[in-house]
Amino acid sequence: MGLFVVQFLTGLSGAASLFLVASGLTLIFGVTRIVNFAHGSFYMLGAYLALSLIEALPVPRGTWGGAPFWAAMAAAALGVGLIGVLVETIVLKPIYKAPELFQLLATFGVILVVQDAALWTWGAEDRLGPRAPGLRGSIEVMGQRMPVYDLLLIAVCPVVLAGLLLLFRTTRWGILVRAATADRQMVAALGVDQRWLFTSVFFLGSCLAGLGGALQLPKGGADLAMDFGIVADMFVVTVIGGMGSIVGAFLAALLIGELRAFGVLFFPESTLILTFLIMAVVLVLRPQGLLGRAEPADAPGHDAEPVRPADRTWRIAVSVLLAALLALPMIADPFVLVLAIDVLVMALFAASLHAIMGPGGMVSFGHAAFFGGGAYAAALAVVHLGAPMTAALPAGVVGAALLAAVIGFFCVRLRGVYFAMLTLAFAQIAWSIVFQWTEVTGGDDGLLGIWPAAWAADRTRYYYLTLALVTAGIAFLRFAVFTPFGRGLRAGRDSPVRAEAIGIDVARRQWAAFVLAGAVAGLAGGLYVFAKGSVFPDEMAIPRSFDGLMMVLLGGVNTLSGPWVGAGVFTSLQDWLSRMPFWRLTLGCSIIALVILFPQGIAGFVRQRAHRHRDRGS
Amino acid sequence: MTRRRTALALALGTTLGLAIAGANPSAAADPVRIGDINSYTRMAAFTEPYRMGMELALAEINEAGGAGGRMLELVSRDDAGEPGEAVKIAEEMITRDRVALLSGGFFSNVGLALASLAEQRGVLYLAGEPLADSLVWEDGNRHTFRLRPSTWMQAAMLAREAAASGARRWATIAPNYAYGKDAVAAFKAVLSELQPEVEFVAEQWPALFKIDAGAEVQALAAARPDAIYNVTFGTDMAKFAREGEDRGLFEDRLVLGLLGGEPEYIEPLGEDAPIDWLVTGYPWSKIDTAAHAAFRDAYIEKFDDHPRAGSLVGYNVIKAIGALLEKTGGDTATDGMIEAMEDLTFETPVGPVTFRAIDHQSTMGAYVGYTALEEGRPTMRDWYYADGADYLPDDEAVRARRPAE
Repeated sequence: MGLFVVQFLTGLSGAASLFLVASGLTLIFGVTRIVNFAHGSFYMLGAYLALSLIEALPVPRGTWGGAPFWAAMAAAALGVGLIGVLVETIVLKPIYKAPELFQLLATFGVILVVQDAALWTWGAEDRLGPRAPGLRGSIEVMGQRMPVYDLLLIAVCPVVLAGLLLLFRTTRWGILVRAATADRQMVAALGVDQRWLFTSVFFLGSCLAGLGGALQLPKGGADLAMDFGIVADMFVVTVIGGMGSIVGAFLAALLIGELRAFGVLFFPESTLILTFLIMAVVLVLRPQGLLGRAEPADAPGHDAEPVRPADRTWRIAVSVLLAALLALPMIADPFVLVLAIDVLVMALFAASLHAIMGPGGMVSFGHAAFFGGGAYAAALAVVHLGAPMTAALPAGVVGAALLAAVIGFFCVRLRGVYFAMLTLAFAQIAWSIVFQWTEVTGGDDGLLGIWPAAWAADRTRYYYLTLALVTAGIAFLRFAVFTPFGRGLRAGRDSPVRAEAIGIDVARRQWAAFVLAGAVAGLAGGLYVFAKGSVFPDEMAIPRSFDGLMMVLLGGVNTLSGPWVGAGVFTSLQDWLSRMPFWRLTLGCSIIALVILFPQGIAGFVRQRAHRHRDRGS
Repeated sequence: MTRRRTALALALGTTLGLAIAGANPSAAADPVRIGDINSYTRMAAFTEPYRMGMELALAEINEAGGAGGRMLELVSRDDAGEPGEAVKIAEEMITRDRVALLSGGFFSNVGLALASLAEQRGVLYLAGEPLADSLVWEDGNRHTFRLRPSTWMQAAMLAREAAASGARRWATIAPNYAYGKDAVAAFKAVLSELQPEVEFVAEQWPALFKIDAGAEVQALAAARPDAIYNVTFGTDMAKFAREGEDRGLFEDRLVLGLLGGEPEYIEPLGEDAPIDWLVTGYPWSKIDTAAHAAFRDAYIEKFDDHPRAGSLVGYNVIKAIGALLEKTGGDTATDGMIEAMEDLTFETPVGPVTFRAIDHQSTMGAYVGYTALEEGRPTMRDWYYADGADYLPDDEAVRARRPAE
């Protein structure tokens, strides 16, 4: 009995950091509609800042000996709040008018910058957090020991929740925040200065993340992996609670904290999958989370102008590019071919993601499931069935399509960020199956020795094979957009209600598009395996999904050429920059610069310039 | 600060030409290029010491006139911890930089991906840090050698001590991925063979770097084991140690920590480091053999920092390549290098090490002892050097696990 009580209390204390971080995230999302992936970086900065302050502040003698510790915690939270304001002002403010979710890309840039800035400032070694003065040791609870500090953490959650609720009920600022969460346009129409409101919300949200990072110090410490470590968890909590709902985040943090504590007790191997399983179940049952509001069915705001077939100039440009790619083996050294294969594969992957993001209006955070799924299907066919490459590549396509059919079935009923998060959850579940099913998939030691058939083993030949398949894949996706199927898909994106009214089954069409995109991603995955000779679960993991998002957004989500332009720029930039020290800093800054310079993406910018030029000329 | 600046200076050039022109007229031949790939950004705390160790060995060899009449040159790149990225970089090193061989790798998956590529492209790959047993066994190949004592070897070192302890009821806690699984499986196999009556009463599998330490500790305590075999590391180990301390898990129990005595793992814990854990590691300040003292002094002199386990591995990787080139007379044809590498014995700060012909694993060992705090600094006491050669399965078992060539 004592064991269960203590395990329950341990779960509560585990929920504290989760709640603090998630409440800040949900607050920021509720008001600004920004999905802030850099929120985990604020959490990490909170830990490091508090640690540095604790080390720097002198410790007075006597009863006030603990004061600097707590002062450092508070100061770190405020400091992170200020950093949040800085990020909001410099990076996000210029791009609030950009298409929805474009700000994602900027927050990816911020993550990279903070990563290297923290490495530069605090060094690579993990730092252990100091224990809290006066709260060392443990007390006895029903025959089991419970660390005293855990009791403080248990108390923090409800106190912060109460404070936030009080703030929202009683202050004018709080009322504005609630109003903006409910209806942003209306608040703007009533003459509220949104810029100021956004900045202040960013301040509070970042403060909470910083406080979360600082408060976990006595339980752990500060290290450079904290940001990625919390990113998935904080989104899970926010989404389960319902985006924008503080009380929801509170309930979700408790739910996750408790299920984890007891999961460890009864299913020790469930640690990888449990959180995402819970999220998937909650979202399938309640598509807007526990306390979230459903997104309006006919959300206005997709202001994309209709895609058009390429004009003459563009066709000539693409023909020249293709000719150059065909001639590449004759003019470039072998490594350029290796790099070109990488770029082509990523271009196909990005194009497949774009097929659902652009014309479909479905932003997926889990598209790597199909890239990796195709890669694994192809690799498994080779390793377990002895399939030749000519059979393994189609197996990759079919495998990814099947996976997409299953995942898509559950996801297409959801909208917006909830859709994105459910794809992320399923991708993580798929990842953990591959990761843990060692007998079949090799676990994280992967599958090795999967090389092209003899006729394609030569690098130049494999390059031509890749070029042919990638070109065909991209051309096919492009063609699909202009078919009645593609037009119906776009109609469903722009106005689901009207599309339904003229007889389009929007959900079914979106499902079909999802499967199609999955199949093409699977082809990219298959090509990738044979180029690398091996495959590991990393290819299904979150960073791979994020790579795809970055490429699509960088190129421009509202253009058909965006994904491959973005893939080319991103992959080459990364290859070039990763030769330098602190290359993540440079890459992050480059991404932020590109975001601010080209809010429609690079291809979008080129198209806009071209149209302006043409309009002026005529 | 010095370390960071050194790292920067090193990285700025990417290519390290440390050859001292004119030091030795016989070294007029082209330098031998070594392609080093490592996770310099993802695991900086572990790979920076490795890089510094390499640099020291490289300087020593080149100042002495090179190896086999040729200077050594290092081409160093960051793989960001991604196998696909590592393969791409390796392709570039092979085709563009024309490296004579590949070395490095920190994560096992990167090592395995590089091994697979090395076999396909016919290039020698000397894995430094990757621990996976499968690298030289199930997935072993002709072109791949590995220096560091593998998961199996280090687990076997602890298992032998564990068998002598008399503890019956064992609980294990290991990160939920291949390294953790291998480490537990190897430990169980060796311990059960030596002590058939042991029982394993609990297994905990926290997600790597996401341990819910309080809950895990509670779950282990509930099983009432006599002894605990711990494979967690880094921040997981720090959290586990602290929660275990607070909740009294370690009282009157033998605790084992795989790699727990390596400075990379234990020194960041400072005064909070768990004491009296039986660990494998590297008590750098206490090994006073002439060879090790010379290495340690030179390292401290050069970097104003003390060596870590990674430094030793990096240093030995370059020394192994130096010895290899001495044996081939500077010839870098891959087949010749593979033949020379098999049964190659060379001197290291921890004693002579041999690359076994049977599975291409080196016999480099590790230090086994108990963790201790001395003047507030974590170190090891009652340690001894466990020679890797003594902790490998017999040849028949190895042949059963390694594909025939």
